Amino acid sequence: MPMNSVVKYFSDIFKAIKSLWKGLMVTGYYFVHPRQIVTQQYPENRKNLQMFDRFKGEVILVHDENNQHKCNGCGICQLNCPNGSIEIITDSVPNEDGKSERIIDKHIYHLSMCTFCGLCVKSCPSNALAFGQEFEHAVFDRQKLTKVLNKPGSKIKKEPKEPKAPKPAETEVKSNPAN
Amino acid sequence: MAFNIYDFSTTTKAVDEWLKATLSPTWAFVTELVIVGLVFLIVYAIVGLYLVYAERKVCAFIQNRVGPNRVGKWGLFQTIADLIKLLMKELVTIKRADKLLFNVAPFIVIIASFMAIAAIPFAKGLHAVDFNIGVFYMMAVSSIGVVGILIAGWSSNSKYSLIGAMRSGAQVVSYELSVGLALLSVVIFSGSMQLSTIIESQANGWWIFKGHLPAIVAFVIFLIASTAEINRGPFDLAEAESELTAGFHTEYSGIKFAFFFLSEFMNMFIVASLAATVFLGGWMPLHIGNLEAFNRVMDFIPPIFWYLGKTVFLIYVIMWFKWTFPRLRIDQLLTLEWKYLLPINLVNILLIAFLVLMGWYFK
Amino acid sequence: MQDILAAQEDGEYIINIGPQHPSTHGVLRFVVSLKGEMLEYVIPHCGYIHRGIEKMSESLTYPQIIHLTDRMDYLSAHMNNEAVSLAVEKALGVEVPERVKYIRTILSELQRLASHQLWWAAFGMDLGGLTCFFYGLRDREKILDIFEESFGSRLLHSFICPGGLMNDIHPNFQQRVKEFIKYFRKKLPEYDELLTGNVIFEQRTKDLGILSKEEAISYGLTGPSGRGSGFACDIRKRFPYSAYDKVEFKEILYNEGDTWARYKVRMDEMWESMKIIEQLIDNIPAGDFTAKMKPVIKLPEGEYSQRVETARGELGVYIVSTGEKVPYRIHFRTPNFSNLFVMNRLAAGFKIADLIAISGSLDLVIPDIDR
Repeated sequence: MPMNSVVKYFSDIFKAIKSLWKGLMVTGYYFVHPRQIVTQQYPENRKNLQMFDRFKGEVILVHDENNQHKCNGCGICQLNCPNGSIEIITDSVPNEDGKSERIIDKHIYHLSMCTFCGLCVKSCPSNALAFGQEFEHAVFDRQKLTKVLNKPGSKIKKEPKEPKAPKPAETEVKSNPAN
Repeated sequence: MAFNIYDFSTTTKAVDEWLKATLSPTWAFVTELVIVGLVFLIVYAIVGLYLVYAERKVCAFIQNRVGPNRVGKWGLFQTIADLIKLLMKELVTIKRADKLLFNVAPFIVIIASFMAIAAIPFAKGLHAVDFNIGVFYMMAVSSIGVVGILIAGWSSNSKYSLIGAMRSGAQVVSYELSVGLALLSVVIFSGSMQLSTIIESQANGWWIFKGHLPAIVAFVIFLIASTAEINRGPFDLAEAESELTAGFHTEYSGIKFAFFFLSEFMNMFIVASLAATVFLGGWMPLHIGNLEAFNRVMDFIPPIFWYLGKTVFLIYVIMWFKWTFPRLRIDQLLTLEWKYLLPINLVNILLIAFLVLMGWYFK
Repeated sequence: MQDILAAQEDGEYIINIGPQHPSTHGVLRFVVSLKGEMLEYVIPHCGYIHRGIEKMSESLTYPQIIHLTDRMDYLSAHMNNEAVSLAVEKALGVEVPERVKYIRTILSELQRLASHQLWWAAFGMDLGGLTCFFYGLRDREKILDIFEESFGSRLLHSFICPGGLMNDIHPNFQQRVKEFIKYFRKKLPEYDELLTGNVIFEQRTKDLGILSKEEAISYGLTGPSGRGSGFACDIRKRFPYSAYDKVEFKEILYNEGDTWARYKVRMDEMWESMKIIEQLIDNIPAGDFTAKMKPVIKLPEGEYSQRVETARGELGVYIVSTGEKVPYRIHFRTPNFSNLFVMNRLAAGFKIADLIAISGSLDLVIPDIDR
């Protein structure tokens, strides 16, 4: 019946206008409520910017206030890194017992290749590595992205030895794992 | 020099007298032409630039962000910086493009919108060209723009531009019908096509109120159809960025692109002014019939601010449409025009003619 | 292919959409043959972002493969990690603690929510409603903040590893997730008001690109796109893993098979994901966050496989091991690869604007196609 199609024509128009009006109300609401703005003014708020504790900015070797770190150059992080972003260069020095001991000379970290997978941090047996919070890594010179993680003049933090119980010399040697 | 903010004709008359006194009549006339031309050029450029800025700010607030706020206080100089950048860009010439048409197209578009702006009444006494067929002139002149778009698409020698230009041509030509018929409704009410007469006839109330339901319907149709005319809002598939990477003006760069861009915003300004003039009273303050006291209070605000307020509000509504709705496809656009807007328009016109005959409207 | 290109009639011309294009989210090239505005055929060319993940994995140990799977379908990062971890755990016969199962499920559902939010944002933007992009991303930021607090990164976490998780979740995790669910339940109806109910949107998506159930099964179209055609393929229901057998949720099926149905499936899935998270978030059992694993993981000889439901469909992992600590061959059956090749069937006979709508509704992530 032609009457039905006329009614449908007008009801289509009214439904269309109602749906469009609802959409307009949503955007209109946000236009008159500028307090809903979510953008942060980045370079101006750098002083107050606090990242989360676990933020993965870059890999660092944790140094305490005496410039000591815990890395002993075992190379496990280098083995675990999937794409070779870590290179360990060790050195041999005589320690206080007169034997030669391995220490870390340079812990080289290629920030340009790191995928931030976290395997080095997780697999380090001495818990020496951690993720730092610095995220502004843009540089003009690519050489600056290859970092040496152990700071100059820093030494390994020696765990204080427990008071020796009277024991034969062999057991002590056996129970002291290779440093 | 006399300056009356309520009636600019005192100022213009004073300038005219002074020029005729100092120079010979021909030179006075030429100087007046040059002054009017310069004033319009500057107004066009500044309004265009700040409309772009306003769009970016409106769009930003709707989208929960801030918009330009670094270049100058509140980002006010952002568009000027953009303009300087566009002026310094290399004008890329395309191999095997029709050079003459390629270079002429942006100018046609700008000239069309420039001619339309000449006939708009900005305030009492601030009306550059007052034809007695004002409404007809505005419509005729804004149709020249589509020629520029088609030429731009064709001469770019690129498939994307051609598709965009063809779509746009079909769209503009169809929607001009609705625009014309919607404007015709107020012409029937007021009995004249001259813009200043139409405004004077709204001295006791705007046509959108005096013409009750048919005038409101005509207003809504005019808004929708003119958004489609200027290739904006949900009807912008001629330059659908996410589909055809900028459509008919893909191949333009530098100042020529700036012309297309600027003319789109100025067309928006013209359309909003036309709607404000014809339906909302132009520079006429809000008067209600014979309430003398109310009318006296409304008259306190100078007419130029009434005009600007109405135009700005309508520009905001047009921007609101663009940032809320998804885009229409070409066949849906044409369906909307030929199956919905045009029949409603025709019935509306019949209704209005009947009402005017019977006198069933607020005179 | 060559004879198709050679036999062009007059009035038919070929254009290239992509690989750089604002709407094909990623580097994908469509060779489209047009007659006026109508499409004759669409041929997708993928492979622009092939990085050789499967080949690289042949020289990496199993914990090292995890960070590569993140980068396949980066919007379903947790589900990809979970697939490889579950395959390795199945091969070794390791039983992960209950806590790990619950947390893995919650993370998968949060990731699915985030992925659907981004899909909605991009879909709205492709169709021209540019504000949808910002509303979708604004809400997604809240999920990314939750991720950043617990894992340290927003998009590529490498958190689920063979044996359990890399670390325990942050103490604030539960409370933040509950706050987010409360916030998002209020915002999701706004999405409907802005886009779903809109008459322009309905006209652009209804009756567009219809795929029947038999065709969906034969093309292997899984995930929300398949469920929009009535193909009941939700791995979480058919082959439950982690904690999915402990939660109540509906499998969303629509039978129309058009773009509108695929859109609605994803919108309803967002509600279901929130329901799943609500059921699990308060009941996370205490315990270890990882099972005891050897430092060097060697899978016994044999072939192992596992399927999971990512945000886009069924991801299958197939590992062939010869007893070494690196796999002999690892193959990923990615959902986007199968979903992509439905394009020609769906888009033929429609217009260019519809091509964009259809590819948006299929929700393709290109790195997943090329691996």
